[in-house]
Amino acid sequence: MTTLEQPVVRGARFFLAHTPGLVRYGSRPSRDIAHEPSLEAQIGARLRVFAEAAAYPPNQTMLGRLSPDALAKLPRPWFEHRAGVERWGPHGEIMPEEEFFALLMVFDSAGLVSLSEDFAATIRPALQAHPLLTEGDIARLKGVAEARIEETLRGTLPALPLRGREGRRIGCIRGDHAEDNTLFPDVLLENLACKVTAIMALRALLEQEKVDLRKVGYVLNSGEEAVGDRYQRGGGNLAKAVAEMSGCSCATGVDIKGFCCGPVHALALASSLVASRVYDHVAVVGGCSLAKLGMKYRGHLDAGQPILEDTLVGAAVLVSADDGRSPVFRLDSLGRHTVEAGSSQRAIFEHLVSHPLRRLGLKFLDIDRFATELHNPEVTEPAGSGNVPLLNYRMLAGLAALEKEIDPGDVERFVAERGVTGFSPTQGHIASALPFMAHAVDGLREGTLRRTLFLAKGSLFLGRMTQQADGLSFILERNGR
Amino acid sequence: MDLKGRKVIALGERDGVQGSALAECAASAGAEVVLEMTHCFV
Repeated sequence: MTTLEQPVVRGARFFLAHTPGLVRYGSRPSRDIAHEPSLEAQIGARLRVFAEAAAYPPNQTMLGRLSPDALAKLPRPWFEHRAGVERWGPHGEIMPEEEFFALLMVFDSAGLVSLSEDFAATIRPALQAHPLLTEGDIARLKGVAEARIEETLRGTLPALPLRGREGRRIGCIRGDHAEDNTLFPDVLLENLACKVTAIMALRALLEQEKVDLRKVGYVLNSGEEAVGDRYQRGGGNLAKAVAEMSGCSCATGVDIKGFCCGPVHALALASSLVASRVYDHVAVVGGCSLAKLGMKYRGHLDAGQPILEDTLVGAAVLVSADDGRSPVFRLDSLGRHTVEAGSSQRAIFEHLVSHPLRRLGLKFLDIDRFATELHNPEVTEPAGSGNVPLLNYRMLAGLAALEKEIDPGDVERFVAERGVTGFSPTQGHIASALPFMAHAVDGLREGTLRRTLFLAKGSLFLGRMTQQADGLSFILERNGR
Repeated sequence: MDLKGRKVIALGERDGVQGSALAECAASAGAEVVLEMTHCFV
């Protein structure tokens, strides 16, 4: 009989793309602009330049140049902070939109994207200088004459122009069917952007961890895109498309869907596959959510601040067999929000936190940090959605007080010491606990952390098939070997 | 506020109080819940 392997989290990386020119194609802005075309200019006037987005402290926290605790100490508004412009950080990179547009073509396997000759020639040197792009990638960047782009935009298939922040058209993306709205250009753009961000995050991760790519056996994609056509809407398996373009030639994969909770479900499954010795390495990826660009732009315009939802994010996490140093994924710690649990916040937190802790004989104070919804409050507060991480941490601390594990007077202290300041772009599943993963791996390997708990919640009710919410949690702890 | 006999729309949010909890409270206070919904604002 074979014994179980101990799964560990080897690392996590993020790929951010600053795409102000795509804000107009976010779900909310695109619907509003259709009714009120003058909004496009109002939105355009409030979009940030790359230097502002790259210096933005929450983005620097995503990239690992700033810790969440250091971010919490910076006075707000953070968007007025003028730190140095840093594209690369220990946990990933933030890419300017021009290069990202070029990557849409590089990773387009269906000939959907056309870019102008001028633009392709101008951007090629930047791609050649990128350490994660190969000659084969760059060979796929081919410009076409402006007349061809005009022709595509006026053709029988629906098409969308691709424009930069300042409105200059650099190309277009066409749909692939005249009547199938799952293959319309807005949907394909969302899916392609999701694919590109996941590929770049996974490439960065595998390069960082120096893993033999042929040993990555499986890729689990946990994003919120719906890849498919009219007969199989959401048919999926973007995972394999990401594996294909990331050099994981011996891998297959599958998509794990669960709204914002998808990545945590995927991590639990990846760890199970490693524990059962099916694979030595399983990569969990989640691409961006283009639909959420500019989601709260009205609140930002009303507050007279920049539109901060201008950045796409992809994430990748590598789960591997025990290497003796990486943090241990405790499969015995899974907390599950079950069907019978009920959907009150108290019930959710009891199932995701109290129950697993009790099962393991642990207390709330045995957890150094809890990672949950980590949305940047500077994005949500002007739109009236409050400080989402703070709401969740107060609920958690309240539960600890109810269970008499902390004094009610220590609630705020618990929140400050064991919570995490929100720093994630509002990118759905990406913002749910995942942004803390790279910080946790660092802290559990070499820092002061001993044990962290990750929990995510999924809003299943948004799909109209159930009134249920969902949630899953796990403990990641220091490797004691 | 006396909710007895009043019609109530229960709009909840995922990270706060959910619609089902609001609806249950309103119904227990004698209100008729005509619409119950939970949204996610992130």
